[in-house]
Amino acid sequence: MPAVAVDRVWKYFGDYPALRGASLSVERGACLALLGRNGAGKTTLLRILAGLSKAAQGEALVLGSPARNEGVRRRIGYLGHGIGVYDDLSAFENLLLFGRLMEMDHPVQAAESALERVGLAHVKDGLAREFSRGMRQRLAIARAFLHHPEVLFLDEPFTSLDDRAIAVLQTILAEARARQSTIVMSTHQIREAMDLASDVALLERGKIVHSGPRTAEMMADPTWLYRTFGEPQ
Amino acid sequence: MKRGFLAAFSIARKDLRTELRTRESLNASASFALVILVLFSFAFDLDRDSIYAISGGLLWLVYSFAGALIVNRSFARELPNDCLDILIASPAPAWALFLGKTVAAFLLLIIVEAISLPIFGLFYNINWTTSFWPLLAVITLATWGITVVGTAFSAVTVNVRLRELMLPVLLYPILIPLLIAAMGMTSGLLSGNIAGADRGQYLRQLVAFDAIYTALSLYMIEFILVV
Repeated sequence: MPAVAVDRVWKYFGDYPALRGASLSVERGACLALLGRNGAGKTTLLRILAGLSKAAQGEALVLGSPARNEGVRRRIGYLGHGIGVYDDLSAFENLLLFGRLMEMDHPVQAAESALERVGLAHVKDGLAREFSRGMRQRLAIARAFLHHPEVLFLDEPFTSLDDRAIAVLQTILAEARARQSTIVMSTHQIREAMDLASDVALLERGKIVHSGPRTAEMMADPTWLYRTFGEPQ
Repeated sequence: MKRGFLAAFSIARKDLRTELRTRESLNASASFALVILVLFSFAFDLDRDSIYAISGGLLWLVYSFAGALIVNRSFARELPNDCLDILIASPAPAWALFLGKTVAAFLLLIIVEAISLPIFGLFYNINWTTSFWPLLAVITLATWGITVVGTAFSAVTVNVRLRELMLPVLLYPILIPLLIAAMGMTSGLLSGNIAGADRGQYLRQLVAFDAIYTALSLYMIEFILVV
């Protein structure tokens, strides 16, 4: 059973179809780079998989169950465009809240350990709004990975991160891959994605036009995928 | 079910903690309630009977407008940094998110009411302590009704432009039956002039309103938040 299975999913915004029968399968332990130009439907697809949105038609299964299933949501992590932390809570309070919402057994220890890992333990009682942008990004990474999710949905995770946050994210993603977590990440940064990805999917105008393992051609020339499978500009 | 209530408690605590730190809606709501009560006391020169007759109406108009200022922030508070997405993606059921937010808004409105009720008594020369317990029951029931409907519409309008304008437009027509009962019962209790039958009728109206809209909101919130 694949970790993520998307079968002919359609999603409309008004009359506009953002997804047009998109189908995709991601095996357990794989890291899928979901590529596509702006407006291709990457964020829409990730939001459906994370249980934030509903498909108009078709089926999106995560770990064999619909994405809105409570049991599934306990096992997934989501890092979207927004950092998803409360400015008026401290770093520790933010992680404690999410630890409790994620129904972790030991949320206090998990929050302290996560702050240690992202280098924010010394400011654990500082309010998030007093943090620099880089610190807030690291807090967001700590939040997304707090419960060691089995499946991770990351929407352009490297966009506008500073060098330290990129290093933290790469380390945590490598650990997640070592734990056999499944990762689905949309990105425009093809070179960084290719380094991490085991599989690649290309989304064009709401349709998956290519899905398969990362190949040597993709590594050698990041534009190869678009030139070979994408629509001409 | 137990997990849902624990999640609701965490959300309520988070909302209260952030509100007590920023006092964004609490200051606005309390100031509004006090200013309106004080201004009305100077605006009209009413005799004793007239004051009792309008007391319930005045009090509940002030409380319902003050409540709109509080519930407006309920879901809007989640917009910065896309925190609402994180709450929806969490295993907490949508009804628990809604319940936590409603409880927080309810407690904040109760604080505003606790501050403004003594001021109301002082400026209008009304002794509200003689019917304290029945009044507390009316305030509790009507405040829950305002916050439960208000929080539901706060979720409906969270992604709407001009949501500050949209929320009252949607909210007040729905609140009419609740406000009629709360106003009638409050005026009657303060004047000491309410028949037992009227009291029972108003009380049933308040309880029915709360029960219907609480059940409806808890059921509908999943369809409101996840589209």
